[in-house]
Amino acid sequence: MADMPAPGERTPDQRDSHLHVQDLGSEVSVRGSYEALLGGQVFDDSKGSRLGVFFWLAVGWMGLVVVAAVTAPWLPLADPDQTGFGGRLDAPSGDAWFGTDGNGRDVFSRTVWGARISLVVGFVAIAMGMVFGGALGIIAGYFRGVVDRLISFVMFAMLAFPGLVLALLFIATLGSSLTIVSVTLGLLAIAPVGRLARAATLLYAEREFVQASRLLGASHGRIIVRELLPNVLIPMSGLALLGMALTVVAEGGLAFLGLSVSDGFSWGKLIVTGAAPRTLREGPWVAMFPIGAMFLTVLALNYAGDRLRWFMDVRELAFER
Amino acid sequence: MAGSGTDHLRDPAAHDDVVLRVEHLVQEFPAGRSGGRRQVVHAVSDVSLDVRRGETLGIVGESGCGKSTTARALVQLPPPTSGRVVLDPGAATEVEMVALSGSALRAVRPRMQMIFQDPISSLNPRRSVRDIVGEGLAIWSKASDGLHQQARVDEVLEAVGIDPEVAATRRPHQFSGGQCQRISIARAVVMDPEILICDEPVSALDVSVQAQILNLLEDMKERYGLTLVFISHDLSVVRNVSDRVAVMYLGKLCEVGDADALYERPAHPYTRVLLASAPEPAPTVDPSDADIGDEIPSPIDPPSGCRFRTRCPRATDRCASEEPVMRQVGDDHFVACHFPSI
Amino acid sequence: MSTASAAGPLLSVQDLGVTFGTADGPVRAVDGVSFDLTEGRTLGIVGESGSGKSVTAKALMNLLPSYAEVEGSITFGGRDLRALAAARERHFWGVELTMVFQDPMTSLNPVKRIGEQIAECLRVHLGRSRKVATAEALDLLERVGIPEPRKRLRQYPHELSGGLRQRVVIAMALACGPRLLIADEPTTALDVTVQKHILDLLDDLRRERAMSMILITHDLGVVKGRADDVMVMYGGRTMESAETPTLFGRMHHPYTRALLETIPRIDAPAHTRLVPIPGRPPSPAEVGRSCPFAARCRHRIDDCLDGVPPLVPVPVGAAGAEGAEDASHHSACIVSVGSDGRGDS
Repeated sequence: MADMPAPGERTPDQRDSHLHVQDLGSEVSVRGSYEALLGGQVFDDSKGSRLGVFFWLAVGWMGLVVVAAVTAPWLPLADPDQTGFGGRLDAPSGDAWFGTDGNGRDVFSRTVWGARISLVVGFVAIAMGMVFGGALGIIAGYFRGVVDRLISFVMFAMLAFPGLVLALLFIATLGSSLTIVSVTLGLLAIAPVGRLARAATLLYAEREFVQASRLLGASHGRIIVRELLPNVLIPMSGLALLGMALTVVAEGGLAFLGLSVSDGFSWGKLIVTGAAPRTLREGPWVAMFPIGAMFLTVLALNYAGDRLRWFMDVRELAFER
Repeated sequence: MAGSGTDHLRDPAAHDDVVLRVEHLVQEFPAGRSGGRRQVVHAVSDVSLDVRRGETLGIVGESGCGKSTTARALVQLPPPTSGRVVLDPGAATEVEMVALSGSALRAVRPRMQMIFQDPISSLNPRRSVRDIVGEGLAIWSKASDGLHQQARVDEVLEAVGIDPEVAATRRPHQFSGGQCQRISIARAVVMDPEILICDEPVSALDVSVQAQILNLLEDMKERYGLTLVFISHDLSVVRNVSDRVAVMYLGKLCEVGDADALYERPAHPYTRVLLASAPEPAPTVDPSDADIGDEIPSPIDPPSGCRFRTRCPRATDRCASEEPVMRQVGDDHFVACHFPSI
Repeated sequence: MSTASAAGPLLSVQDLGVTFGTADGPVRAVDGVSFDLTEGRTLGIVGESGSGKSVTAKALMNLLPSYAEVEGSITFGGRDLRALAAARERHFWGVELTMVFQDPMTSLNPVKRIGEQIAECLRVHLGRSRKVATAEALDLLERVGIPEPRKRLRQYPHELSGGLRQRVVIAMALACGPRLLIADEPTTALDVTVQKHILDLLDDLRRERAMSMILITHDLGVVKGRADDVMVMYGGRTMESAETPTLFGRMHHPYTRALLETIPRIDAPAHTRLVPIPGRPPSPAEVGRSCPFAARCRHRIDDCLDGVPPLVPVPVGAAGAEGAEDASHHSACIVSVGSDGRGDS
C-alpha cells in the first residue's frame, strides 16, 4: 500500500521552544502549573499511591461485587428461584438478610445472582465498544484522510441515532436474549469510545516518536500496536469504567420497558419487580436492595474511572514539561 | 533568492563520494480555499542539494523558510510533491526514494535517520529506553539475532553516554532533555544509517547542555562514519558543525558554500542580514546590514522573481521580474542573487 | 550599584526567596536573591531553565500563584511592594511596573482588536476617555514601529506576525508610562532577524523615556551590548553580578565562565571543539545546602559541598590579591579562579 502521508506531518518549521515556555495560565493542578511556571522538568516517578482512599474503597466494592457474582453458584446462598424460601414479603432478618419478595424468594440471593447478568451486560457491552470503537478510532486517527472521514461519518450517524430506538428495534425483532441485549448496548458504546480513541490517536500520531518509528521502517500495523495503542489505552481505560457504569444503568432502563434479558434476571429486572406499587408499599426492601447495589456499583465505577483519568492526566503532565 | 538552479551540485563524475543528491525538490501543502480558488503553501520550491560522504551540510534559515519541511521531505515524511531524492547516486546501491512506496520504501528507510527538535516528544513515553533504542533492530530482526542485537544496543547506548543497565528499566520521562536527545541519537545510530538528519537538535535544550550534544554528534560522526544534514536557525551552531552551509529563505536556497567561505565572505544580502542579526554579530558584516523589514511574505503567495526582494536593500525591478539562478562566486561558493557582494 | 543616586535605587530587592508548596513537599525556586536597580539603567538577568530568573520576575510583578511563599523585601520607589500586593493595590502593576513575556499571545486577548486592548489599559488605569485612549494607542503603535498603525488598531492579534505582536505587547506595556519594564525572554520565540529589532526598540524606548529595564534571557550574548549590569543566576541563586563590562572583562564565577565558553562562536572555524558543561541544570527540587553548581564545576573542591557560598565582593586585580574590592562586582564562589580559567586552590 502506498506510503500514506498520514500521521503527523507538521507543516512548515514551527520552531516551538516549549521547553522555555513559561505560561501563567494553566492551573491544571498545583503540580502542573508549578512546573509550567518554572519551565523546567521535575524528575520524579515516586507518585505511587496518590489515588486516594476513596479510589481504593471504590475498587474494593467493585472487587466484592465481581467476586460475589462470579462465585455465586458456590456460595452458601439460597436458590434465588426457590419460591417459599421464606414467607411473602418478609422483612430483612437474620435468615433473609435483604428480606423476601412477593413469592417468598430470598432477595439477598437474588441480588447477588442479579449482579451476574448486570455485570455481564455491562462488561460485554463496554468490551465491544472498546474493541471495535477503539480499533476504528485508532485507524481513523492514524490514517486520517478518506478513511477518517468515512469512519467519522459512521460514528456521527451512530451518535445521532437515538439509542433507545435502536435498542427497541433490535430487541423487539431479535428477541431479548443475554447476547442480544449485551450486543445492542455494545453497539451504542462503539461511537463514544471511537471518538475518544480517535482524538487521543490524533494527539499521539503528531508526536515525533511515531515519525521516528516510521523512519526505522516500522509497518503501519506495528506503529499502531507498539507506539499508539499503549498511549491511547490510557484515556480509554478511564472511559471503560465510566462506560460500564452507564451500561449497567441503561440495562436497568431497558428492564422497565420489559426489554431486558428474558432468560434470568438482572438488577434492573429485580428493581422492576420490586417497583410494583403494592410491593413497594408493603415490602420496599425488594426494590431498595438491588437499587442500593446498583447505586454503589455505578458510583464506584464512575469515581474510580474519573480518578484514574485524573491520575493519568497528571502523570502525562509530569513528562510533558 | 532566493533562487533555483543546480550549479552548486557537484559533478558526479568528479566526485564519486556523493551519498545524497536532491534535485528540484518541491513541497506544497493545500491551504484551504480563498475566493473560490484552491490555495497552496509553497513550503519548498525547487531546492537542489547534495552531500558527500562524511560531510556535514548545515541548512540555516528562519522559521517558515522550509528547512524543516525539506528535512522531512528527504525522509519522505511526507514524500515531496515533486523532485528526486537519490541515495548513493551512481553506485550499485543507488536508490531514488520519491519513486518508492510501501515495503520498498520501508526497506530503504533505515539508511536515512533523523533526530528531532523536541527530545521528549521524540520518545514513546510508554516504552523503556532500551526498547526504544532497540526498536529498529527488532523491526528488521530474524529470530536468531537476539543476543547480537542486545550487544549492539548496549554498545550504542554506551557510546552516547547512557548507562545500558539504567536504560533497561527506565522510561523517557525519567531522563532530562539532554539525555533524551542522546537516546534519540542512539536510536538512529543503531541502524547504522548513511545519513543522519538533525532537525534543530539542540534548540530545545538548555544552553549548558547544547555543547554536550553538539560534541556528541561530532563523536558519533567520527565513530560510525555518519554523514550529517544539520538544520538550525542558530548561525553559530551551524558554523560549528558544518563543512558546507545552505541558507534558505521562503522555500528557496539563497547561498550554498563551504562553511568558512560563506561565513567569511557572505555574498547574499540575506546571509548578511542573518549574520548581522545574531546576538553577537559576525565580524565579517556591518551591524547595519540587519536593518531590514520584519514582515516575511506569505508562502501562500510568495513574491515574484527573487523571493527576498520585498525586504532586500538592493532590490531593483529586475529582481521582481527575473528569478536569480545559482551561480558560482568562489571556489566552493554559490549564490542566487542578481547583485551579490563579492 | 555604583552609580546609585542620592535618592537611592528605584528598585531594591533584599534576600528574596520563593518557595512553592507542591505535592512532593516545598520546592525552593529562588533563594536569597538581592539586587538594586538605579533609575534609567538596564539590569540583565541571565540564567537557564530552573535558574529562578522568571520566578524572580514574577515575584516582582506579583504574578506568583497562591501556593508560592515569598520572603524578603522588595522596595520600589520607596514603597514596599509586598505590602502593596497584600493591600491589593490595583493601579500599580501594569502602570509603574510592567512586563513583556516571551510569548506575546500570553498578554494578548485573541478575540479583541489590538486598538481596544491598548486603549483598555489607558482607560482602566489612567481613566482616559475612549477617544483620547484610542488616539494614544495610535501614537504608541507608531512609536513601536508598527507599519500602517491605523489599520492595525482594528486588527486581531492572530492577523499579525510574531514580531509585530511583540511590538504590540511592548506598546501595551508602555501605555501607562512605567518606570520599570521587565522583559522576560522577549525575543526567544521570535526569528533571528526580528530579535535584534525588538531588542533595539526596547533599548531606544528605555533611553527615550528614562525608564529602567530588567532584561531576562538565557543568552549572555543578548545582555552583552544592552545591559548596564548583569546578574547571573543558577539553581535559584545569584552566582555573579557586576557591571556588564566588568563581568565580561573579569569573569569570576566558574559558572559564568563555563556558560560563555560552552556557546559556539559565530567567528570560530568549523568543528571547533566545544567546552561542554557536564550534567544538567539542577531541578529546583534538588537544590540543597551546597553551591548549586558544584556538581558540574571543574574547579570544585571539597569545601564547595559544605554550605552555600555567600555572594561576596570580588577583589580587583589579580586573583587572590589583597586590597581593593570592586563594590559592584560580586561572586558566590569560594574557589578563586584566575583569569586563565584555572583554579589556584
